[in-house]
Amino acid sequence: MSTTSAAAVEVTAAPTPQNDIVEVREITKFYGSDIHALSNINLGFPQGQMTTLLGPSGCGKTTLLKIIAGLLEPTEGQVLVHGKPVTGPGPERAFVFQDFALLPWATVTRNVAFGLELTGKPKAEREELARHYIEEVGLSGFGNKYPHELSGGMRQRVGLARALAVNADVLMMDEPFSAVDEQTRRKFQEDLLLLLAQEKKTVIFVTHSIEEAVYVSDQIVMLSPRPGRIKSIIRPEISRDASADEIRRDKRYLDTVEEIWTDLREYLD
Amino acid sequence: MAELSPNAGTTILPSLEESKLFGLPKMLFFRILSVVLVFAIWEICGLIPISIAFPTFTGTMRALFEMIFDGRVIYAYAETLKPLGVGVLISGFFGVSIGVSMGLNRRSQWFWEPIFVVLQASPVAALIPLITYAYGIGLTAKTVAVIMLASPIIVLNTYKAVRHANPSLIQMCKSFQGSRFQEIWMVIIPNAAPVIFAGLRLGVAAGFIGVILAELLITPTGVGDLISYNRAIADYEYMYAAVFTVIVFSAILVSFLETVEVKYFRPEKKKGQ
Repeated sequence: MSTTSAAAVEVTAAPTPQNDIVEVREITKFYGSDIHALSNINLGFPQGQMTTLLGPSGCGKTTLLKIIAGLLEPTEGQVLVHGKPVTGPGPERAFVFQDFALLPWATVTRNVAFGLELTGKPKAEREELARHYIEEVGLSGFGNKYPHELSGGMRQRVGLARALAVNADVLMMDEPFSAVDEQTRRKFQEDLLLLLAQEKKTVIFVTHSIEEAVYVSDQIVMLSPRPGRIKSIIRPEISRDASADEIRRDKRYLDTVEEIWTDLREYLD
Repeated sequence: MAELSPNAGTTILPSLEESKLFGLPKMLFFRILSVVLVFAIWEICGLIPISIAFPTFTGTMRALFEMIFDGRVIYAYAETLKPLGVGVLISGFFGVSIGVSMGLNRRSQWFWEPIFVVLQASPVAALIPLITYAYGIGLTAKTVAVIMLASPIIVLNTYKAVRHANPSLIQMCKSFQGSRFQEIWMVIIPNAAPVIFAGLRLGVAAGFIGVILAELLITPTGVGDLISYNRAIADYEYMYAAVFTVIVFSAILVSFLETVEVKYFRPEKKKGQ
């Protein structure tokens, strides 16, 4: 495990275009004139890795994610994807929403294919792709169901399949499991890791669960409360070859969780 | 990822449709039962009678069939449907369009909202004499009466529904690079459809009130004439039969709109809900 202090972040986050698919440069965000959500964030997201934004509520993690997604404008600074500044949402980024954001009037198939429908892909083609990803996320046979007929965990699988279907390089997930119960959540985390290893995506993940962050991430970015600043960057370096149960009992896993908890604790007093 | 079986997690309540009572689906049975009960009470009240101006159910039905077979009802509806049809179509088309534009655009809201709020709050029956000053006593005046009653409900419902469209779905559409048009047509409108259609149903019912009001207050024609004429000659069975047709016709129109909504906008409502 290696920890970089906030001061040294500048060095690690210095632009290395060959590795970092997404770069965040000097992002500052104000809501109105008085709410200072993010302050001078510099960060790199290495290609093919899973980076988690972790921090207490109100630290601006979701704001940062939505700025990277192009759904919010930063007050200052810029985001580069593949070295090009972003001005809005783009085809190389796909978003998984905290509240799933499924169309209640559309079947699972149409929901999964929705991103492709917007780009004007022919119906037969996009439904074929949708079928593939519905199978990938473990929902075969549910294609003709409507969201209200599915459980919370299954709805989020639909949200994930929709993001995968557009074949973006970067997957952005905003607390994807927060509306899902604990058992489903663990199973989903395990499935997600398997799937992502197979799909080779770069993932930016927002969570407030320390265990989740350590379990799924290659790199954890800890943010301090408002205004959000990078507090430290942790690379858990836990071997992903072990089984889920082994990882959850691994000493390094437990130590990292403990260390982050010690760090975050000071904000709660 | 692990497979889930299509039946896992589908938590649909055991629907009322499945269980049976007296050989009929339970839901249908209760529907029929409530209709029969209302008619039975009507019959009893007519037999007492609670008022000499209150006919029995069977008497009313006899009058109704007589008027259907001698063509009086059909002729009356042909008259009434002209202003009603035109008025409802105009209110529906322009009402939804104006409502959508108000929901999407603050300037449009600024322009239209006061007009329709005032129209909705005003006692339209009292304004009907004013309509006759401006539009005379013909078809136009009656159509205007229908529009005045139907359009505020349609406009204001549509406006509220569009304005309160789920922001998360809109953001989702944006994140997948949907255009503004796609956002409106594929997300906002279907999302608002249940409330828009609720407005249309109320609008149609209000339009009906408008046309009858116009036929009672402007010139006696159509169904309004059937009601007022039979009341004037104290033929209450015929008068109630005419009122009864209005209720049935309005109910048919409203459930037709519901079918359109489910078929084209909210197919998920067909199952389970």
